[in-house]
Amino acid sequence: MASPTPSLQADSTLHIALVGNPNCGKTSLFNQLTGSRQKVANYAGVTVERKEGFFSTPQGRSIRVLDLPGAYSLSSTSPDEDVTRDVCLGRHRTETRPQLLIGVVSATNLRLHLRFLLELRELGVPIIVALNMMDEAKRNGMSIDIAGLERDLGMPIIPVISLHKQGVQPLLEALDRPVPPPPAPSPSGADLHAEVRRLIQTYVTDRSAGQERLVDRLDRWFLHPVWGPVILLVVLFVMFQTVFAWAQPLMDALEGGITMLGELLLRPLPDGVLKSLLADGVIAGAGMVIVFLPQILILFLWILALEESGYLPRAAFLLDRLMALAGLSGRSFIPLLSSFACAIPGIMAARTIQNPRDRLVTILIAPLMTCSARLPVYTLLIGAFIPHKTVLGVLGLQGLVLFALYAVAIVSGVIAARIMTRGVKSEEHPLLLELPPYRRPNLKSLALGLWQRAVMFLSRVGTIIVSLNVLLWGLSSFPLPPQGATGAAIDYSLAGRIGHLMLTIFAPIGFNWQICVSLIPGLVAREVAVSALATVYALGVSEDAAPEKLLPLLSSQWSIATALSLLAWYVYAPQCISTLAVMRRETRSMKIVLGATAYLFGLAYFAAFVVFHLTKAITGEA
Amino acid sequence: MWYLDTLPKGNYAIIDRVEERTAADPISARLCELGFVPGESVKIVATGPVGADPIAVTLGTSRFALRKGEAARIVLRRPV
Repeated sequence: MASPTPSLQADSTLHIALVGNPNCGKTSLFNQLTGSRQKVANYAGVTVERKEGFFSTPQGRSIRVLDLPGAYSLSSTSPDEDVTRDVCLGRHRTETRPQLLIGVVSATNLRLHLRFLLELRELGVPIIVALNMMDEAKRNGMSIDIAGLERDLGMPIIPVISLHKQGVQPLLEALDRPVPPPPAPSPSGADLHAEVRRLIQTYVTDRSAGQERLVDRLDRWFLHPVWGPVILLVVLFVMFQTVFAWAQPLMDALEGGITMLGELLLRPLPDGVLKSLLADGVIAGAGMVIVFLPQILILFLWILALEESGYLPRAAFLLDRLMALAGLSGRSFIPLLSSFACAIPGIMAARTIQNPRDRLVTILIAPLMTCSARLPVYTLLIGAFIPHKTVLGVLGLQGLVLFALYAVAIVSGVIAARIMTRGVKSEEHPLLLELPPYRRPNLKSLALGLWQRAVMFLSRVGTIIVSLNVLLWGLSSFPLPPQGATGAAIDYSLAGRIGHLMLTIFAPIGFNWQICVSLIPGLVAREVAVSALATVYALGVSEDAAPEKLLPLLSSQWSIATALSLLAWYVYAPQCISTLAVMRRETRSMKIVLGATAYLFGLAYFAAFVVFHLTKAITGEA
Repeated sequence: MWYLDTLPKGNYAIIDRVEERTAADPISARLCELGFVPGESVKIVATGPVGADPIAVTLGTSRFALRKGEAARIVLRRPV
């Protein structure tokens, strides 16, 4: 009897993996092969995205495919490349070695991609070469002797165009044929660069050499020392304009819709604990999660499109020097800028930073970028305590203070990043960024990317936010106030008691117990602190009316030192559980989240302390 | 000695060798893997808006952004 072929084994699924350089079109090939049948998660223990998909060949062979992170070589320099190397070598802790590798190379960049392919050839694993972007190479005036190259390399070469379904048909057919034998490795000690040069000289004719390409014409503008930054500013302006302008109506509509739905669903229930739990705990929590979604999706639509088009690395090039001030690289700019809208999409956008240290530092300082949820608190306190007058003739003092709050936050972020990026890892930290050719973004890839972000946010981050919201609801509601109580209900609750206890810690920075109590529900989202203050002062007003009623009350009851101290506190404090939840999700480390919380609370306390005592000394208050 | 970080924009040159700043310099090793190897021709296509740093270099069919410190590891010679 013949030895069993793979198809007769219990698990007849063929395990393959896509391997290739960054920008070889590997991911769009993966998307074409699998469509929506993909699972996105992380590799065990690291923050490297693991993409696995399933498809079957025309003859019905079922295939499981792993989209390995792009790599330039097997001698890895980053956690992404570690994964690729370990899986290819069969050394990975949790992944089995693939039965077949698809070596993806772009015909437009053979010089770089063939070298990595030759490295893969040494592994002794069967390889099929997917020669991608043949259409573009032809348009550029290149022709490749595929049969000759195939014989020379000892691996089957399948030309593919990963941009459309028909373009990957030849690869699907090739996967129906028996798995090829592993290629013979090159003679040991061979110079891979010399080998690549020989292969290109023998099998590739490039009539475009010396001609100007699209990338040259576009880079002349996009990388221009003057026009480059101008174009970038326009792109960023339009980007954030749409994030705010398009997301706001959607967010308002969603918020209204959820409130209405909640009322509709809960109408049959009697007033009481259960109704309050469902309305203020579960539905309000879920609403908060869903309300973030439009902003995240619009921002990611931009980021994915900019990334796919090849513009994002150019933006990183232009901004590198600026970000080097903070010890980071240009890649950190967009995540940090997004954090001014909200740290949640900002932290998620840090995925585009390949360097793990830069990514971590970016995530850690993102909460210092003043997000839009701080504005209601700032507006309330500035309105109540900063006189409405002009200084130096033209500048409004209130506007000036608001500007100062933003500026202080940015400067602190830069300083914090500088401190985090020096020390142990002070060795030179390279940019070495590939500037890929410009490409039109593929709609299917964009749609899939957005879908994955949405699912990830709703399922992973959403569950944490909803459960914490329920927990905070419990703290603020229990125990219930005694019969005939006169004060605010929250004052009798656990949160109220904790607030009173917190006073011993917070009195030195000028907070009264009302502030302390309102900080607890304020953890849900910063802006909630305003309505919580209204509740504590037992104003019994709706959320929208809270600021107007609070304004005169606060300015008469608080000292200016207390108000400024609270402002300083808000610049730094990680007063947002959703941000910590998304940080936990993106870094997969509770230690990092606790560290971030500690450093931000520490900074907040220190800043508030300094501001409180300075103001007291200046105003001469007791 | 003539290094890539001093090559004027728009001019071609040939890579002579890549120097190591430290023993087993990981940056030099990565430069080699990216194709910065002796005999290849390079051209600077753009320089950053501040202090002309970083620089954008074409190398065969690829292009890379390098900081000046990275480019200063690459020794050049004149094209023949």
